[in-house]
Amino acid sequence: MSLSTDDIKRIARLARIEIDDAQAQATQGQLNTIFGLIAAMQAVNTTGIAPMAHAQEVFQRLREDAVTEADRRDAFQAIAPAVENGLYLVPRVIE
Amino acid sequence: MKWETVIGLEVHTQLATQSKIFSGSSTAFGAAPNTQASAVDIALPGVLPVLNRGAVECAIRFGLAVGATLNRVNVFDRKNYFYPDLPKGYQISQLAKPIVEHGTLKIAVDDAEKTIRITRAHLEEDAGKSLHEDFHGMTGIDLNRAGTPLLEIVSEPDMRSSAEAVAYARALHTLVSWIGICDGNMQEGSFRVDANVSVRPVGQKEFGTRREIKNLNSFRFLQQAIDYEIRWQIETLEDGGRIQQATVLFDPDTGATRMMRSKEEAHDYRYFPDPDLLPVKLDESWIEAVRAALPELPAAMQARFQKDYGVSAYDATVLTGSRALAAYFEAAAQKSGQPKLAANWVMGELSAALNKAELDIAASPVSAAQLGALVNRIQDGTLSGKLAKQVFEGLWEGAGEVDAIIEARGLKQMSDSGELEAIVDAVLAANQKSVEEFRAGKDKAFNALVGQVMKASHGRANPAQVNELLKAKLQ
Repeated sequence: MSLSTDDIKRIARLARIEIDDAQAQATQGQLNTIFGLIAAMQAVNTTGIAPMAHAQEVFQRLREDAVTEADRRDAFQAIAPAVENGLYLVPRVIE
Repeated sequence: MKWETVIGLEVHTQLATQSKIFSGSSTAFGAAPNTQASAVDIALPGVLPVLNRGAVECAIRFGLAVGATLNRVNVFDRKNYFYPDLPKGYQISQLAKPIVEHGTLKIAVDDAEKTIRITRAHLEEDAGKSLHEDFHGMTGIDLNRAGTPLLEIVSEPDMRSSAEAVAYARALHTLVSWIGICDGNMQEGSFRVDANVSVRPVGQKEFGTRREIKNLNSFRFLQQAIDYEIRWQIETLEDGGRIQQATVLFDPDTGATRMMRSKEEAHDYRYFPDPDLLPVKLDESWIEAVRAALPELPAAMQARFQKDYGVSAYDATVLTGSRALAAYFEAAAQKSGQPKLAANWVMGELSAALNKAELDIAASPVSAAQLGALVNRIQDGTLSGKLAKQVFEGLWEGAGEVDAIIEARGLKQMSDSGELEAIVDAVLAANQKSVEEFRAGKDKAFNALVGQVMKASHGRANPAQVNELLKAKLQ
């Protein structure tokens, strides 16, 4: 599988990354190299091997259900560009 | 053409944990904005999620309650999209290996039972809230809700009417509250329903194109939205139009659905396993401990109520609307030894009074033992239905126990036939006109006389006895 320039532009739009045609072409080449590597791996016969979600046979550690965090709103909001009534303000978005 | 409706529901239940799914922030509702949003919840760089054992246990409990497969190894994925109330730019969810799969839930519509299949239930985190009110043309973001644990429960498209969809949603709502994994508060968004609706000609095998109605937060809206959507889809098709796959919103003010986004604008979420989270393993010993701690479930209790107490399937469903209600009924039934009469009082007078006072059964001023005692006094003939209602009012006001109220208010049904006869004679003497009318063939006059006797006895006379005595006297 290889990616077209349109694929690259669509992926860039989904990731909210602005790229021009030259960057798109360069990225296309790089991504297709990665896809080539994936294709090589997919050629390996994996019959009878269960797919895995992680490279190691280790499992998620669980935390007890308890409130351990205190309110640190003032510290967090000190670096926010705009704040009002405890809310973060962002450019208006209406879906 | 005859049409068939096909409905599947996706329900987001907020899990009743103390802390969030991946952080130690509180999940309590109604706190000041952003005071319950930790570094993990607001996605500061370098933070890592740590899974809440309590949230996983809620999912196990649900899976066991619907007889589902619990995936001993399940995996968290990232669902990528951009929105300001989603600080990480992705939601942690489960796609390919959810914790729960292949369950079932029984529903009853018009006393007909039906089994709805549950495709899957997966753990995920909630997003924050966007407030679009006037902040100088900007949007306000509150991240208190970000990271709140949700269990999204997805059904198969097994429902064929809005009534079935509502019955399923109600049964699910009862169940998640029953097993204590969700507070069920729909106003606060703890139980939110998305409905996938399509129509097809009766007999057609393939499903029609579906539209998804988002975020319904009451059973009434669910019913209204589905009914509107069915009508709209049938009209569109009968007018020669085509249904386009879309996401729509229901507007309670107009009772109509309107398009939110079409399939072309549909999100491309680019799911992939979250490298920050390892696969989750469920030990058999944990599952068995959760199973052992499960209460008797609504379906089992309904069957038992029908068998042991002789109540109808419908009544059994109503009586198991919540664990507290079921426990109340069972205590009243056992105290009185008259389960059917106790059921009628619980579902009738008591429920009406609780509704009117907007009280939960747990806060009922009338205890189950008191209601049982009241039922006893109806059964043994001390009280007529009408007098019993007056005693019930006394119990509600906290005027004491049943027998004391009967005594204090003189509510005992008249059993002395001599006393009743005297009243009947007096009424007949004072209402000669009615007597003559009755003898002239006017049946209504008889009812007027019964009414006069009941009035003269202050409601204490036994109506059957009054009828009998009047008839005898008038012949």
